[in-house]
Amino acid sequence: MAQLEGQQHPIGTYLWIWGWLFVLSAFSYLVDYLQFQGAVRWTLILTFMMLKAGLIMAFFMHLKWERMALVYALLIPMFAVMVFVGIMVWESDYTLLSRLVFYATGT
Amino acid sequence: MTQTAATNPNQLDGTQGAVSDWASDQRAFKNVPWGKAMMWIFLLSDTFIFSCFLISYMTVRSSTKIPWPNTSKVFGLNVNGVEVPLLLIAIMTFILISSSGTMAMAVKYGYERKRKMTTALLLLTALFGATFVAMQAFEWTKLIHEGVRPWGNPFGAPQFGATFFMITGFHGTHVTIGVIFLLIVARKVWRGDYDTGKRGFFTSRKGNYSIVEAMGLYWHFVDLVWVFIFAFFYLW
Repeated sequence: MAQLEGQQHPIGTYLWIWGWLFVLSAFSYLVDYLQFQGAVRWTLILTFMMLKAGLIMAFFMHLKWERMALVYALLIPMFAVMVFVGIMVWESDYTLLSRLVFYATGT
Repeated sequence: MTQTAATNPNQLDGTQGAVSDWASDQRAFKNVPWGKAMMWIFLLSDTFIFSCFLISYMTVRSSTKIPWPNTSKVFGLNVNGVEVPLLLIAIMTFILISSSGTMAMAVKYGYERKRKMTTALLLLTALFGATFVAMQAFEWTKLIHEGVRPWGNPFGAPQFGATFFMITGFHGTHVTIGVIFLLIVARKVWRGDYDTGKRGFFTSRKGNYSIVEAMGLYWHFVDLVWVFIFAFFYLW
C-alpha cells in the first residue's frame, strides 16, 4: 500500500480541518447575520480569516510538513505585500483629505 | 505523520535547514518534486496579482467620500419574502470549502494508488467548482439587472462595480481554469497514465502522482483567495 513518497497523512486530519473550516465559515457568516459593527466586527472578521487561511495552508497545502526553505520562500515575500498595503493606506488617506478640502461642496 | 520522500539523514531541519538548503550550491527546494516547487512559485506570483486587486479595492474604497454600498443588502437574497443577508455568498463559501476537502483527499488516495477513489474525488471537486461558477454567474446576472456597472451603480460609490467585477471575475476565471484541469487530471488518473508513465500530450513528459498534488495546491489556493475576498469584499 502506501509507499513512502509525497505527502501522506491520515484521512482524519483532512476531515477535522474540513470540519473546522465549516465552523469558522459559519462564524464569519454569523458576524454579518448578527450585524456586529465597529471594532468587534473587524476583529472577528480578521481573526476568522487568518485562522481559515492558516488551516488551509498548513494542512491542505501541506506547508506544516514542508522544509523551512520552501515555507520561508513563500511567507517572507508576503511582507512586501504588507508594506504595499501600508503605503496605500497612507496614500488613500491623503486622497480623501484632498477631496474633502477641494470638493467640500459637492458629493 | 510521514516526512516527504527519501529524507536524507544528514539534512538539517527547521531554520538551520532553510539556511543550509539555500546555501547548498544546488537546488534549494529539497524533497519536493520540481513540478510542485514550480506550482508554488506560480502561486506566489498569483498571490501578488490578487494582492494588487485587493489593495486597489482598499485604496478606492477608503479614499471615496461617497458611502460604499451595503454589501450585506446588495448580496442578500429574498427567500419566501424574508431578506437573508449574503445568503448566496455563504453557500458559495461552503461549496468551495467542500471542494477543497475532497481535493485534499484525492491527493492522499492518489499517492496510495487508489485510482477509482482518486478519480471520483477529483470529479466531485470539479463538480463543486462548476457549481460555484454557476452561482457566481447567477450573482453577476442579478447585479447587472439591478443596474450595477463598472462605472456606476444605484447603491453608492461608483467604484463598487469596477472592483466587484474585476476581483470576482478574476477569481471566477481561476476556478473555471481549475475545473478544466481537474477534468484533465481526473481522466489521466482514470486511464492510469501516472502508473504506466504515459507521456503527456503537451509536455511529452512522464507524469506521476505528484501532479495530483500540484493540482491540489492550485485548487486550495483558489479557495484561499476566496477566504480573503469573502472577508474583505463581502463582510467588510
